Amino acid sequence: MTSTAAVLDNTANTASEIPAPDGSVTVTVKIQRFNPEVDSEPHWESYDVPALPTDRVLNLLINIKGYVDGTLSFRRSCAHGICGSDAMQINGMNRLACKVLVKDLLAKKGKPTTITVAPIKGLPVMKDLYVDMEPFFEAFRAVKPFLISYGNEPSRERIQSPADRERFDDTTKCILCACCTTSCPVYWADGSYFGPAAIVNAHRFIFDSRDEGAEERLDILNDTEGVWRCRTTFNCTDACPRGIQVTKAIQEVKRALLFKRV
Amino acid sequence: MTETLTLDKPRSPRRPAARRSNFELYSWLFMRLSGLALVVLVLGHLFIMNIVDGGVHRIDFAFVAGRWSSPFWQFWDLLMLWLAQLHGGNGLRTIIDDYARKDTTRFWLKIMLYASMVVILVLGTLVIFTFDPTIA
Ligand code: HEM
Ligand code: SF4
Ligand code: SF4
Ligand code: FES
Repeated sequence: MTSTAAVLDNTANTASEIPAPDGSVTVTVKIQRFNPEVDSEPHWESYDVPALPTDRVLNLLINIKGYVDGTLSFRRSCAHGICGSDAMQINGMNRLACKVLVKDLLAKKGKPTTITVAPIKGLPVMKDLYVDMEPFFEAFRAVKPFLISYGNEPSRERIQSPADRERFDDTTKCILCACCTTSCPVYWADGSYFGPAAIVNAHRFIFDSRDEGAEERLDILNDTEGVWRCRTTFNCTDACPRGIQVTKAIQEVKRALLFKRV
Repeated sequence: MTETLTLDKPRSPRRPAARRSNFELYSWLFMRLSGLALVVLVLGHLFIMNIVDGGVHRIDFAFVAGRWSSPFWQFWDLLMLWLAQLHGGNGLRTIIDDYARKDTTRFWLKIMLYASMVVILVLGTLVIFTFDPTIA
């Protein structure tokens, strides 16, 4: 192990460097670390840090990076559940680190709290909590996630009734965080499965009355790695930080294929 | 970028164009329909074989011969054989697609699966239709 690891093991020391406001408690953050330049495989590293119940897990990670080990790598951008950058496995569940509050993870009174943080599964880990998202976006692009229309451009806006809009409203909320796809056991086993996120984004256009590309997208999702791979386990619905009914959307695509009707 | 940073990407799939085939749709549908039929066929079979008067203890050559003298039970067993074999075989095909990492592994596992399915279907069908009750 490198010398940095030796310093990191001395966690009692490191915690004192992070400002501990009134009302904070000490929690152990156990992080799966991987540095491709020195490690042959990932390992766990623990940090005892002060945390307020109102802190988000992202705050703890930022503190660890800022005060304890600057090499800790993870993505985050908005810190408000909008950009979809910081999907990670927190206590075994795929969540956005910026949306999980420490108070919801605290152990019963008097018991020590450990929060485990690992990268999302099923995508290649590049460093620590940060994975290569390219296979995920490849599947997203493959379902043609854009408005397709033929014929002349309309000279007015494309009018749509509230009822027509309602059909795909849920799936417009996707922020492409990959929580769903990387919680899917079929995707873990078979990385060429399109995965729930791609299907959600296909659903967004298939059921849009202004779009004319439904048939192309349904053809794509009818193939070997499409919707029929889904086993209806609902992991994706549980994982979605936007509360999208992911499995239901997949079921609606299956139904459209079965009955040849959008 | 140094050599160590270039990790391989086991999950960057090469996506072939859609084949415009409904095979996966029909196989999905078949799993559900055959599953429904199997609830009746398999549970009925287990009930007759294991529970109704005396259960397994009364099963002998004569019992089997008696049942297969009726076209109804021949048809029941034939249907159960084919549906269970195709249902289970198709389920295993899905599992092979899930877990086989290499195309060659996938190919040979499926060959083994299909071969075993053919053997069992042919053998089972043959026995049901050519069973000779006088052999004992
Ligand atoms: C008792 C009535 C049965 C019902 C209602 C039933 C139903 C189903 C359904 C609906 C699926 C598809 C699951 C999915 O795609 O998500 C399935 C999968 C499967 N079934 Fe059955 N089945 C029955 C009996 C059997 C029998 C007797 C066998 C063995 C011969 C069997 C073996 C399998 C296998 C291997 C799979 C694949 C599992 C997987 O996809 O991971 N089933 N079953
Ligand atoms: S419901 Fe389907 S897509 Fe969602 S996690 Fe389960 S198998 Fe994957
Ligand atoms: S469907 Fe939900 S979990 Fe999946 S990528 Fe979109 S926002 Fe994230
Ligand atoms: S940092 Fe943007 S969603 Fe969490």
